[in-house]
Amino acid sequence: MTTQAARRRSNLTPGFCVGVVLTALIALLAGVSFLWTPYDPTLILIESRLLPPSSAHWFGTDHFGRDVFSMILQGARNSIAVALIAVGIGLLIGIPLGLWAAARRGWVDEIVMRSNDLVFAFPALLLAILITAVAGPSAVNAILAIGIFNVPVFARLARGGALSLWTRDFVLAARVAGKGSFAISREHILPNIANVLIVQGTIQFALGILAEAALSYVGLGTQPPSPSWGRMLAESQTFFALAPWLALFPGMAIVATVLGLNLLGDGLRDLLDPKTRVER
Amino acid sequence: MSLLNVQALSLTIGATQVLKSVSFDVAPGEILGIVGESGSGKSMTLLSTMRLTPRGAHASGAIRLDGEDLLAKSEGEMCTIRGQRIGMIFQEPMTALNPVQTIGHQVAEMFTLHRGLSAREAVQTAAQHLAQIGLTPDRVPIDRYPHQLSGGQRQRVVIAMATALSPKLVLADEPTTALDVTTQAGILDLLKALAQRNGAGLIFVTHDLAVVASLADRIAIMKQGEIVEEGPAPAIFRTMQHPYSKALRAAATLSPHTRVPKNANVTPILEAVDVGVSYQSSSWKQFGRASHTRAVDGISFKLVPGEVVGIVGESGSGKSTLARALLGIGPVTHGSVQIGGDDFATARGTKLRAIRQRIQVVFQDPYGSLNPRLRVEALIAEPLHLLDRRPSAKERRQRVETILARVGLTASDADKFPHEFSGGQRQRIAIARALILEPKIVVLDEAVSALDVSVRAQIIDLLRDLSERLGIAYLFITHDLSVVRALADRVLVMHNGRVVEEGPVAQVLAKPQHAYTQQLVAASPDLETALAERERTGVSA
Repeated sequence: MTTQAARRRSNLTPGFCVGVVLTALIALLAGVSFLWTPYDPTLILIESRLLPPSSAHWFGTDHFGRDVFSMILQGARNSIAVALIAVGIGLLIGIPLGLWAAARRGWVDEIVMRSNDLVFAFPALLLAILITAVAGPSAVNAILAIGIFNVPVFARLARGGALSLWTRDFVLAARVAGKGSFAISREHILPNIANVLIVQGTIQFALGILAEAALSYVGLGTQPPSPSWGRMLAESQTFFALAPWLALFPGMAIVATVLGLNLLGDGLRDLLDPKTRVER
Repeated sequence: MSLLNVQALSLTIGATQVLKSVSFDVAPGEILGIVGESGSGKSMTLLSTMRLTPRGAHASGAIRLDGEDLLAKSEGEMCTIRGQRIGMIFQEPMTALNPVQTIGHQVAEMFTLHRGLSAREAVQTAAQHLAQIGLTPDRVPIDRYPHQLSGGQRQRVVIAMATALSPKLVLADEPTTALDVTTQAGILDLLKALAQRNGAGLIFVTHDLAVVASLADRIAIMKQGEIVEEGPAPAIFRTMQHPYSKALRAAATLSPHTRVPKNANVTPILEAVDVGVSYQSSSWKQFGRASHTRAVDGISFKLVPGEVVGIVGESGSGKSTLARALLGIGPVTHGSVQIGGDDFATARGTKLRAIRQRIQVVFQDPYGSLNPRLRVEALIAEPLHLLDRRPSAKERRQRVETILARVGLTASDADKFPHEFSGGQRQRIAIARALILEPKIVVLDEAVSALDVSVRAQIIDLLRDLSERLGIAYLFITHDLSVVRALADRVLVMHNGRVVEEGPVAQVLAKPQHAYTQQLVAASPDLETALAERERTGVSA
């Protein structure tokens, strides 16, 4: 038991620790924004516009005099919510589809996987732009657009993992014990592929944050007055020479979140999957 | 001078001492058999010689190949030694080969990497080499992928890779354990021939005394990281001193089955009539004539309560397909299987669950047949799912504890995970799972093949005992004739999907009628026979 614990500890790479800290920090900021922000992020005060960072406004103010720090705090909440729900859609639809395809094989498998290929065949962001352009720009449509592209990712992953498990003896034993494919998928397959799914989940989460930022950047994501990192970046463009902090802070927030989640995902993979344990 | 000289080799991994002062020599052309059970350190001895020990391992002592100490070599130097001067053959050929490369490519790679041949020359050389190993291009084209070959053919590919560069030393780690008996005999002959032809030393690691008895010039017996006994074969079998060696030898010779044969006039519990299973191959060739592969063809037999029937055959003979058909988890395309008078094919709902309760299974590999993420209680209780009235948590626990006691485990084991048990204990868990519903029939699919000899003897005793006390009929599917001899009343010999011979065990094994059965009996490694043979021909060290 102690050797196992030691092995686990030795796999806590610096990257993984940085990932955990960054992710926790962003989550904390997003959480805090529910209770408190230094200023109301939607409050427009023209007289205090484009103020550089100071003790009163940590990250400065924008061209409407809104406090950038407050906007970043609430933007974190929006970004995380959009990405989280989008990944949730992918998990909740994709995993059952993948498990179903693996359990039934045959035409079910063909239909599920070919539909996945169809979704994969479209450039994700372009289609997301199309969806939001047709259905109207909003955070909900952004969630749906990003969510749809998470479905095949998880469906493929779940199916691949499940297929190899279906030939294992413990699954055969469960079939002899009269378990149906639903019960087997739930009790035997899912717990054994959970690791990879969790890891992929964190990666998709990071991609979701990026996608949300991109959609908001082109004005198709979170709508004003709700603050959004992507739109803050877009709006900062005009004032870049005058007020570089307007681009700097939301940019850093996006980088920190995505980096943190990717490091977390990589670290989790090494930690959860003994096969990829790094030799050091 | 000896080819390989290992002196006082000790190996620690973390805080565990895996090898304790192991010393031995291998002369050119000599075959050294290292025998021991799992965890005895025999594989680690080979891996140390290859310097392929796992991370955190620390070796001390000396391993000299032609006088050069391998432990002092750098990783870069070892890379040129591995493959060129030492070849290695692994137990499981499927995992030792890269599944996405053709066999020709994998063998050719040895020549492009180490000999600097061009790709074309390398492929030609590889083809020649594979032909020498027994894989001629007309039977096994070199553009095949590993999964398209049989187990024995795959192992030949692994041997081809290991011997491609004519290394002076070949290390074989349980090279025939995953193979059928007749295939095993072929591989053993091949290894022997290679050692003689090239004058290479061969270290043959195995858990099976009978295998080395016919092959090795010297035998070393390992236990808990130490060589407890070493000597020339076959003389060592007469002079064995160490109690462990004696125990190992005793366990290798399973006592034959002595039971009153079951009355064949009782109503059979299982009746297979003309059972056939055929597969349509490759659905992509839409325009060609659909070809059907008959995995099982026209098999009829009966099983009476309490009877033990052995089904013997090589892999690919259809015995596992038959087992799945009987268990109702595989297709039956022809004929019918009646279990207690009911047929899986027509039963639904309650009836289907009732049939399933009558027949359960124990698989070969206790590591693969238990879901690593479930506790023993959940694993064993899984078939309770078939009961019309699900037991309460308390009843469930009670039933699990009762059955655990019956298979020789303790009640507290119910709360553990499979990885906390040894192979033999895991197989007991798998047996407990099969028995919890008190089935009438248990299908044992190679259920003791993956176990160490001494553990195997215990499990066979357990199975015998359970069958006698509970009146369970076994369908024992195996490639191992010694196990059939020890357990079964009757035997069915399968070959290419058909039963070629059938009858009481003693009769079939003593006087095999069919050519295939004769071949099987002749190829079966049996310690006493092997020793008698060697005494007779006067082959000695």
